[in-house]
Amino acid sequence: MSFEWSVITNNWQFLIYQGLLGFGKFGGGTLRLAIPAIILGFILGTVIGLCRLSSRAWIHYPAVVYVEFFRGVPLVMVVFWFWFLIPQITGQRLPEYAVALSAFVIFEAAYLGEIVRAGIQSVSRGQSEAATATGLNYGQTMFHVILPQAIRNMIPSLVTQFIVLFKDTSLASIIGMVDLTKAAQTVSQREIRPFEMYLSIAVVYWICTYSMSRFSRWLEVRMSPEKAPSKRAALREAARMTMG
Amino acid sequence: MLGRTRRPSMGECMIMPLVGFLGMQYDFQWNVLWTGGHGEWLIQGIWTTLRLSAISWIIACALGILSGALRTVPFAPLRLLATWYVEFFRNVPLLAWLFLWYFGVPQALPRGAQDWLNLHAPEFWSAVAGLSVYHGARFSEVIRAGIQSIPKTLLEASIATGLSVGQAYRLIIIPIALRLIVPPLTNESLNLLKNSSLAMTIGVAELTFMSRQIETYTAKAFEALTAGTVIYLGLCLTIALTMSRVERRFRIPGLIVRAGRAEH
Repeated sequence: MSFEWSVITNNWQFLIYQGLLGFGKFGGGTLRLAIPAIILGFILGTVIGLCRLSSRAWIHYPAVVYVEFFRGVPLVMVVFWFWFLIPQITGQRLPEYAVALSAFVIFEAAYLGEIVRAGIQSVSRGQSEAATATGLNYGQTMFHVILPQAIRNMIPSLVTQFIVLFKDTSLASIIGMVDLTKAAQTVSQREIRPFEMYLSIAVVYWICTYSMSRFSRWLEVRMSPEKAPSKRAALREAARMTMG
Repeated sequence: MLGRTRRPSMGECMIMPLVGFLGMQYDFQWNVLWTGGHGEWLIQGIWTTLRLSAISWIIACALGILSGALRTVPFAPLRLLATWYVEFFRNVPLLAWLFLWYFGVPQALPRGAQDWLNLHAPEFWSAVAGLSVYHGARFSEVIRAGIQSIPKTLLEASIATGLSVGQAYRLIIIPIALRLIVPPLTNESLNLLKNSSLAMTIGVAELTFMSRQIETYTAKAFEALTAGTVIYLGLCLTIALTMSRVERRFRIPGLIVRAGRAEH
């Protein structure tokens, strides 16, 4: 029952540069995997969400099956499927990074698609009717009228899901990608100091996810100031009242 | 064997177009799933997955209710402790927690406790600890959100109609709260079931572990992974359908329950 915290300071550079940022010689890296996965997953998720809202059955039902399938399967299973399928299809072994990225994008798109769908449904029907009445087509209505409002409504659940995705990237270590978890595993096996190592990466993960959730709260207030009356808005209101 | 045509199984019918389309060369042998004792492996895997999830679920619920309740008490240190528990455990990957519980925590225990632990399935109980503490924090959020969505005026209105506080809780508040909490709680419980697959990383012989083991022994990855995937899908869909029937059975007309579906 003795701890040696110097193991953290000694390996700090490897954990942050290689594990978190992915600048080391092993490739990988938690942030280098999470950021593209979030962006690509959101794009694919938007497509899936729009497909689910389509009135054409041949577009609607495949999207429903896609979402329900991936929501009923653990992510580990999906990662193993990609680990096995991609070499079968392409005939060559891809780096772990590519396998992990494609698995995360495909898997998270199912969850993000549901959030996008709920967000679009939260925009009142009158908006799309008004947009159509002014002569906009489907694409214009979506991009200029519906999605900007929908994204504002989605921000809380969207960022929650991004945090989940960020945490899920730790699963890439199972197929051997050197992310933060794998880096900690490597060091703890060499130094035989698991408690210190795993606790320290828990703190690193926590700092990342907690700042994401703070950012989301800030963004939410920033994008819809009417929901959180700030001091200035209150003052403006008071001034308007007194000026009659 | 001449003249005998084998009827393709349903799984092959579904996968074959994909295989043909992708131009894959693969020899299907579905019988690896039930010959050579592999069927028993799968059943043991299902049993371990269910046992692990059930035990963790009970502890997670207890932790969720306890920390959810503590977050509403007027005594600040207790409230802070509960908030800190939820915020810290929820925001760190489960995999990191599992490694910490399995590899790290025994190191912090005295020698005797370590030896005792090593004789009593340490990987299973570490997985239970990891899953229940992590999901307890997530359950706590679900329960808190459910309770907060009940307007305070409901209690006041119930008392105004002449009910005592106890009666108001028993007859009005708790029945409504349960109906609000059950849909997101089902969702979260399914996440627990799916997340129990991470226990394979610390060597618990649950379903994912067993399907990987079949793959290792037979080199038939397609069949082994399909078996695992189909079983997980079956378990999740069965629970989801049962719970949605329960919800419909106990629905109060006019009370709109907003199901917190997305997010996992």
